[in-house]
Amino acid sequence: MTVISSNKDTEALTLTFVADFDASAERVWQLWEDPRQLERWWGPPTWPATFDRHDFVPGGRSNYVMTGPEGENGPGWWVTTVIQRPYRLEFEDGFADENGDPVVEMGSVRVVVTLEEIDGRTRMTTVSTFANVEQMQQMSEMGMEEGMREAMGQIDRLLAEDDSA
Amino acid sequence: MDRIFHALADATRRDIVMRVVQREHSVSALAASYAMSFAAVQKHVAVLERARLVVKERRGREQVVHPNPDTVREAARLLEHYEELWRLRDQSISKVLSEDREEDREGEKS
Repeated sequence: MTVISSNKDTEALTLTFVADFDASAERVWQLWEDPRQLERWWGPPTWPATFDRHDFVPGGRSNYVMTGPEGENGPGWWVTTVIQRPYRLEFEDGFADENGDPVVEMGSVRVVVTLEEIDGRTRMTTVSTFANVEQMQQMSEMGMEEGMREAMGQIDRLLAEDDSA
Repeated sequence: MDRIFHALADATRRDIVMRVVQREHSVSALAASYAMSFAAVQKHVAVLERARLVVKERRGREQVVHPNPDTVREAARLLEHYEELWRLRDQSISKVLSEDREEDREGEKS
């Protein structure tokens, strides 16, 4: 993987993350489409995700739970809004309660994913848009931050594996 | 909800933010820049204030508008966390893809 760019827009509250992968768009699309493959990367390494439901159609609902190092649960939901296989995907991502129902007051993050084939590789662009700063604060307080810090240590290991592959 | 979105959805308000980010402006100076009434500009500023993008303070007879440094700084800090999340996700994707390729190679050998 090569990170092409990462752009934080503090006014529009968007993060645009662009990376190239050594695979076809069709192959990368499967990583989003197939819940068993999605589980292998959606949660940070110390907070792996399990998808109990993944209706990968426009208007379809997904439910997942990320499990932290101490066994704590971070439930979440998606509503997929746009699917243009294998080039474009849009969905809303938010926090859920214990029953998997959206925590409405937390709002959701709007994510737009585009895949583009360039010279046999696939460029994946994800644009995440937050509703407001308060929402971002809540989200990062809900365990995300801790998980992230611990996960940082794993990055070097992953990179080393990639190099030796 | 969606206050920042709403605030920045309007071209005049985006323009006000751009001006104010560069340096502080009085409401009357802003009003002079647009073909609209003082009251209309004041309303736009109020929307930006509610979204906490700008701060308005009274200075003598003037109302001065400047950017809200807390909101901008906080947004940057939080976006950084989210950036790390995507970095990790993309690294994991890369790992899954390379494991698949290894399995393919194993499959060919056997």
